[in-house]
Parts: sequence; structure tokens; C-alpha cells
Amino acid sequence: MSSTSVLGGVVRRREDPALIQGGGRYTDDVKLAGTAHAAFVRSPFAHANVLSVDTSAAEAMDGVLAVYTAADVEHLGPLVAQVPVGALRPLLNNGTVKHVGEAVAMVVAVDPYVARDAADAVDVDYDALPAVVDLKHSLSDEMLVHGDMESNTLISWTGPFGADADALAAVKAGIDEQKSRDDVVVVSQEMINQRLIPVPIEPRSVLADYQIGYGRFDVYSSTQIPSALAGAIGKYFGMALNQVTVKAMEVGGGFGCKLNVYNDEVLVAFASKQLGCPVKWTETRREAANSTIQGRGWIATATMTGTTDGEILGFELDGIADMGAYSQNFTVAIPFLGVFVGSGQYSFPTHWKMDCVTTHTMTTDAYRGAGRPEAAYYLERILDMYSRKIGMDPAEVRRKNYIPASEFPGAVSPMGFPMDTGDYEANLDAALESAGWSGLLAERDAARAEGRHVGVGIATYVEVCGFGPSGLVDLGFSWAEYQMPSAFNGSSLVRVHPDGSATVSIGTGPSGQGHQTTWAQIVGDGLGMDVDRIRVIHGDTEEAPPSIGTFGSRSAAVDGSACYEATQKVQAKAARIAAHLLEASEDDIEFADGGAHVAGTDSSVGWDEIAKAAYQPHVLPEGMEGGLEAHAIFSPGNATWPFGTHIAMVEVDAATGDVRLLRYIGMDDCGNVISPMIVDGQIHGGIAQGVGQAMFEDAVYDMDGNLLSASLVDYILPTAVDLPSFELGRTVTPTDINPLGVKGIGEAGTIGAAQTVVNAVVDALESLGVTHIDMPLRPQRVWQAIQDAQA
Amino acid sequence: MYPRQFDYVAPSSLDEALAALDANPGAKVLAGGMSLLPMMKMRLLSPEMVVDIGRIGGLGDITDNGDSISIGALVTHAEVAASGLVQDHGAALATAASWTGDRQVRNRGTCCGSMAHADVAADQPVAALALGATMVVASSGGTREIAAADFFVDTLMSALEPGEILTEMRIPKVGAGTGSAYDKLGRRGGHTDYAVAGVAASVTCSNGSVSAATVAVTGVGSRPVLAAGVADALVGSDGSDAAVEAAAAHATDGIDVLEDLYGSVGYKTHLAQLFAARAVKAALAAAG
Repeated sequence: MSSTSVLGGVVRRREDPALIQGGGRYTDDVKLAGTAHAAFVRSPFAHANVLSVDTSAAEAMDGVLAVYTAADVEHLGPLVAQVPVGALRPLLNNGTVKHVGEAVAMVVAVDPYVARDAADAVDVDYDALPAVVDLKHSLSDEMLVHGDMESNTLISWTGPFGADADALAAVKAGIDEQKSRDDVVVVSQEMINQRLIPVPIEPRSVLADYQIGYGRFDVYSSTQIPSALAGAIGKYFGMALNQVTVKAMEVGGGFGCKLNVYNDEVLVAFASKQLGCPVKWTETRREAANSTIQGRGWIATATMTGTTDGEILGFELDGIADMGAYSQNFTVAIPFLGVFVGSGQYSFPTHWKMDCVTTHTMTTDAYRGAGRPEAAYYLERILDMYSRKIGMDPAEVRRKNYIPASEFPGAVSPMGFPMDTGDYEANLDAALESAGWSGLLAERDAARAEGRHVGVGIATYVEVCGFGPSGLVDLGFSWAEYQMPSAFNGSSLVRVHPDGSATVSIGTGPSGQGHQTTWAQIVGDGLGMDVDRIRVIHGDTEEAPPSIGTFGSRSAAVDGSACYEATQKVQAKAARIAAHLLEASEDDIEFADGGAHVAGTDSSVGWDEIAKAAYQPHVLPEGMEGGLEAHAIFSPGNATWPFGTHIAMVEVDAATGDVRLLRYIGMDDCGNVISPMIVDGQIHGGIAQGVGQAMFEDAVYDMDGNLLSASLVDYILPTAVDLPSFELGRTVTPTDINPLGVKGIGEAGTIGAAQTVVNAVVDALESLGVTHIDMPLRPQRVWQAIQDAQA
Repeated sequence: MYPRQFDYVAPSSLDEALAALDANPGAKVLAGGMSLLPMMKMRLLSPEMVVDIGRIGGLGDITDNGDSISIGALVTHAEVAASGLVQDHGAALATAASWTGDRQVRNRGTCCGSMAHADVAADQPVAALALGATMVVASSGGTREIAAADFFVDTLMSALEPGEILTEMRIPKVGAGTGSAYDKLGRRGGHTDYAVAGVAASVTCSNGSVSAATVAVTGVGSRPVLAAGVADALVGSDGSDAAVEAAAAHATDGIDVLEDLYGSVGYKTHLAQLFAARAVKAALAAAG
């Protein structure tokens, strides 16, 4: 990096002026002449045989263009999934519906109001059947979710990774052997990591425009993975990838729920092709709750075995994860991400097992953190209970059991994964110092002396992100179903225009991550160019080189590295041109302040002159090809493993169970930081989402499979009112697997936060005998836990 | 979120509005729209006509009638919360209005709209009950007055008949020795969001004892409702903490407590009693 690096400096997000002034262009803002609008008829039952679908009244309504049922689209097959374990979702289902909100028919009309009226006029006769909702009930196979499958259990993930049955049994036996020791305690707790509904501010939206005669598609979608959608549409309609363009406009939040190709996207494209006009569909909030993927949904028993002086001898997790009715993009693979971090940043033996079961509920898939918040929650909650049991400072118990910094780089976790870099103890120390740990505990104790119920909680985490090595294809993680054999590569094209401005085209699909700023910083830093001279194009399969999008905290580490390497290539060529123009040695050329400089002299040439020369081959050095652009593909050798320590202080009103979050301290380590403001913003949002799970959010299904919390009246999201000002700091342990030294940060806050808050609340109620409360810690649940403990 | 088709009129006089209601029995009245519009968008309600009263003059004021205060149909929650008159004579209502919804809702939604909507977990209807408010209702046949105690009939159902508009709510002015208060637990904790349970109380003290009391409970049953048991036990007592707590134990007497996502019957009963005590104590403190 150059000496005038803008990397690491505070740069305001370039995308914000448009977004905060109402100028942001989202999918629903795209208006094409002659657009028709779709609406879906959805099942009100979690499990029912569809006896008949009468579309005649809807078809007869003024303004209705078409009503499609399953028979119209069966030839296209079901919705593709990357990990096709479990039942695949029919595009439309007129057989046996498997969850509330499943699409039965699609209406297309001249406007969304008529479409909705007509959808309501489609008469569907259902014969309701009993539903499987409870996870233990599902695991029992007493009733099958899909009658044609042998078991509700789709797959069981175990750890250590790669261990066969004998090896797993040996790990378990090794832990069990320790349990009878006199100086050993065993702490065990069943805990629920409840289902959550992702709630981006912008719901999903798709506009498909099949161009008659040209035989091609332009599709606009609020998606994190435009290339996958293009590949899927190409596959469904037998079109080459170069005939399908997918553009993600501004995407107002995704959190993983837009990391899916959905049946509605395929159906809207189908309708556009059938009708020969653009067709748009934007989901309503209630529709989103029932037909966009959900997250989490685990019940598991965590067991910690350790000595009375804090040496942990083994951690076991045995649980059930809810996959919902159908497998979509990565559904069954999400708990597998938990295996990666099953043993956290610790060195103790870990035995991990998660049965993935199907239920008559909406599909689960990636939701911010995706398997890692769940895994970290169980580990850090039981570790906290163990610390309490042996009466040791929870921070010191963690310190005692970390993988030591001396093992990095190259440490292999007890789960069997090589990790890039880490220094957990330094991070813990920084967090304790930032929080004023001993003072915080003293403050807590003083409050308790006044009769207040104040608690302090701590949790640490390691996450795995920035996927990743293209070898993941061999583990079953690929995008081949969407015609993307390139798997998880990053890809970037940097072009300098004849006027000396530059464009970076990149395969990311941001939904608020600030890529307009970050990529411009990387290019600007490499070329010594003002970021205002650099345009960023992303989320567009026509303009950007093939890549896969934004999810799993991967963009900076993977596509950002590709952006860096493409910039290096451009810089190298520009240096040759500048040296030629300045009659200097190429080795003496430095880029800064909008041009090239000869080190130690006043001699310089601006980007306008360098670019002009690049497009006038006759003035270039002998044999040099004209133009000034470069493409790079980056495939990292590993994922990145960020980590951190979070600390919370809470106060509980024991009379009502009301929890107030007083302080929240985050100390995160994502390696090098390109844009501090963006990194802090990611941590802010991540913590808010983790606190949301800890205190507010809950996708509540009744035993008939009805989602009781389907509106934002009943699905409580955290707001600024509910949160204190976060106190953030960072340690910097650069990764060695990419040239920028950066790790991911998009999910870290969420992975660290929920257990931090729960640990704090349990600490506050320790004197009342409370040892655990399942999330969300809404007042009633906290109050009830106090009553139960006192009884 | 696409409502069914409906007609929309925005008359400039009350008479025109009432005529529109008479001509369209399925019509609904729109003031702030904070409850009506979401219900229409979710198609829980599909009126054939919406009569927007927002352009009718004279409905947007809080006025001092000498012995009472009138809150017009278009007065917003924020205006109620900020009104010195309301704070002086109906602190319970001012507090309830300040805890209603979020800032955007408070700037748009109306106090009278909240009454007409009659949500089981709303804040302001119980304040109206505790303060002995009177609803002034207009129709083409004239006006009538309905006591708050008779106004909240059932879940989302008030005593308003088709063709009627709630044009103002009146609360009696009070003198020294009377105070009121509202306290609640919101669904997201603290005072935010709908009430899991909330209690409004108005008390009058004379010669060291409680001479009058009105207490009402929200969030626990099928409607905002008077807690007569608490009031009866308070009147004649010395207003000591012990007396208040004994009275508060009657908070849900005669009320069919209903469980929801936010509270079991036991929890809601406990909260009603807790907030009855807290609200009565605060009202006593305000009474001086």
C-alpha cells in the first residue's frame, strides 16, 4: 500500500447522500412501460391437501391477464437448491401444501390492487391435515412431514469434522471418562435458540422483462446474489448466461434472506415470458414473514465438563435444527457452519451433533451469522454456567482455555479446521481494559447492595467467514446448480477511462455494506486517485465479471482482494506508461495525489495524461498494448476467522421482568480495517440484531403451524430507543490469507451479542436463583423465571 | 399491503361529512389514519368509503370550557402530551399520549381516533376512563354525549353507531386535592409499544383520606375497563402504601383476563396489580 494510503482513514460513505435524500433507486422504483403485476394465492394451512383450485372468478375480473396454477409450471421442475438434501419446493403447489404461505397460484393483472383482488377471488378448497411443528416431535418420526420420505431427519452434522463414527465415539468416550473425576464438575442445559424472521427495510421485489424477438431477459431483483439468479433463470428457460441480465438495484438490507433464488423470482420471469410484458412483484410485510426464509430454530443440550479450577476437559452439543418444509439454497448446510466454530476459540475436546429435521413451517436458511451465532450461543452460555458453578471469573475461565497465540498461524481447531490468525488473549485483555472490568463488577456489586438487580455478562467468539477457497466445491458448497462453477471466487475489473477517471466493476451484491466506498478506497489507494474519480459498479451481471455476490462476510476478504489485485495490475502498467512519459525509471514511479510522481523529484504526470497516452498506442512504449484495465480473480486459501469479546451490563426490574441494557462494550478483531466507519457500522447493526434475538424477536408458531408473529406489531424488532450507545474498540490481527490482511465483519456483532446479553441477565438474577432463561428475554419470560426459581 | 378499492371524500364541513356517512353506511371516518390505514392495507377492514375529516375546521383544538377541557377530533397524541391544560387536569392522559406509538405516530394519530378504535392494549382509553371523560358524538340527527365508562364496548368496538363521528372528548377540570397518573409495561419493555398491562388512576383526597377514586386497566381483558374493586377499596382509606397495595390487589376483579403473546393470565394479573399500586401512588402524590 502506498504511503498516502486512504485505507484505514475515516471516509464518509459515498452511497449515503442518495439513500438519505430519498434518491436511492430500488427494484420497486424501476418503472417499465406496460408492466403487469403479480400476486400470489398462498396456503392458509401448514399442511393440507389441495382438493381444487377454481380460478374462474379471478380470470373473469377486469384487468386480470392470467392466473397460473401448478399445472402451468410443473414442466419447469421444482426450485433448485445448492445442497439438495430434503424436499425441493414446487414453484406452485396444487398437491399437498407443507407450510402456511406456500404458493398455490399466481395472478397477473394490470396493477397490484387488481392482482390482489383477483388472488383473493381464487377459490381453493383445502382438506387440512395435522402439522408437524415441534422439533422433538419431528425427530420422533411419529408423523412424516413429507409422506414420500422415510424420515423427517434430513441429515446429521457431527464434529470434529471428518471424524467417522468410531472417531466421534472416541472423542465422546474421552470426555465421559473425565466426568467421574473428583475434581471435575459437569454442567448441562437444554436451551432454545429461537427462530427469527429476517426483516430488511426493503422487502423482496422482482421485475422481469422478457424481450420478445430479442429472446433475452432483463431481471431486476432485490437480491444478494444476482449471478445465481441469472444462472437459475438461464437454466429454467434454456437460455445462455449471456442472454440473461440480472441487476440488483439498491438493496435495502438482506441479512441472508436475499441469499436465495426464490420461486417467485422464477414465476415472475415465467409470466413475463408467457405474457410478453414486464411483470413485477413486491412482497408485502406479512407475505415476507410467511414466504421469505427464516433463521435459527435450534433446540440443543450443551454440556461442559471441567475441573473445579477452570480447566475445561470437554464440550458436548447435541441438538435439533429446524429446516422448515423445503430445502432452498443452503438450508441444511447452515448448521454445518456451526461445526466450523463448534469449539469456538478454545482448545478443549468437542463432540458436536446436530440433527436437521423438516417441519411444516417456512424454510430456514442463512440469516446473519447463519449457524455461527447458534453455535457460539450454546458454547458461551454453558461456559458461563460452568464458570458460575466453579465460582471463577468467566473472563479468566475463557483465558485459561484459549488456543494460545503461539499456535498461530496454522492452528487447527479441535473441530479439525485450520484457522488463519488469532490472538484471543490480547483481545480479551483489550476488552476487559476498555470496559474497566473490575470497576464494572464493583459498580454491579454496589448496585446490588442497594437492592437493584444489576448484572454483567461477557462472551467471546470466533467466527468463520469470507468463503472462500474454491475447493469448497468438493465439500458440496458450490453454485453449480445456478451455473456458477466458479464457486466462491472473488472477481473484479478495474478500468481507467481516457479522461483519467476509473471504474471498478465487481461481482458483489451489497445490501447496505458500503461497497461504493470501500472498493473506491482500494482502487484510489492503489492508483493515488481521488475516490470521487472512481465509479463502482456492482450487482449487475452484464457489467461485472462473473462472481457470486455478498453474504457470509466475504466481500472485502474475497472480492476486495480481487479488486486490490486488479488495481495492482493497472498500477503496474500505468507505472510503465508514466515512466515512459517522464523519461524516468519505472522503479521510481509512485502514485499519489491524482497522478504518478518520480520519487525524490518534482517530476510528475497526472492521470489525465497517463490515460490519454494509454489510448494513443503510438505514444506508448514500444510493443505495449493500448488501453488501461485489468481483471483479477481471487480464490483464497482459507476462510478468515475473526474474533472478539463482548461485555454487557443490564438491570432487571424483578417486579416486572423488564430488562434494561445499560452498557454494551464490543472489542472486535477483523484484521486490517479499510474503512473504520463502515466496520463500526457493521458492528453496530450486528450487535443490534444479536440484542434483538436476546431480548425481543421470536417467530412464534402455534401447534397448527400458524405463524402468530407475522406482522411487525407482534414481531418486535430492536430500535434505537432500546439500545445504549455501544462502546466499540478493536484489536488488529491481520490475516495471512489475502493481500489486504482483512477478515469479515458483517456478522461478527450478531455472533457475539445474544449470549453476552443473556449471560448478563442471568448474572443479574443470580441471587434469585435463576440459572438460565430462554430467549427472547421479554419481561414475561424473565418474571416467570424468577417466579419459578423462587418457588 | 394493497387495500380493496374504496371511495374517498374529504368534506370541509361536519354536516357534509355526516351526510356522506349517512349516504354510505359502510363508510369509515379517517382522522390520523394510524389504525385505520394499516387495517385496510391488511384487508382486515375494507370500507366502501373513507370520509377524511382532516379538512373540517374547528376540530383541531384543545379548549378550556371553564369547567372542562375539550380535545377536538383532530388533536394529535403529541399535542395532548404537550398540552399544559391536559397536564394540569388530566396528567394520566398526557402521560398516556406521550407513551402512545412512536414519534411519527404521535405526530399523526389522534386522541379521539384512539378512543374510536378502542384497542384492548391502547394507552389513552384507560386514561379517559379514569378521568371520567365524556365523548361528544355528532350525527345528522344532532349530538349526544357518552360517558367513557359506557363507550368501550368490546375488542375494537366502541359505542359509536353508523353515521356518527366522535367530534370531541371532554375531561372535567379538577382542583386542588385531585391528581391522576398512568403507568404501564410496554411490549418491548419500559413504556414503549402497546401495553402488556397498564393502569390509569385518578384520586381525590380530603381531610387525610381518599374521597374519590377512579381506576382503569388496559391490556389485560377484551377492552379498556374500570377496576371498580380498586376504587371501592381506596375510597375512605388513608391512602397509605399499605392501603393502596391492598386496594390494588383488586385490579382484575371481575375482569376476564386474556392471555396473549406478551403475557399469561398470571403475569397480566400480577402486572395489573403492580401498576394499579404504582399509578394510584403517583396519583396520590400528584393530589398533594
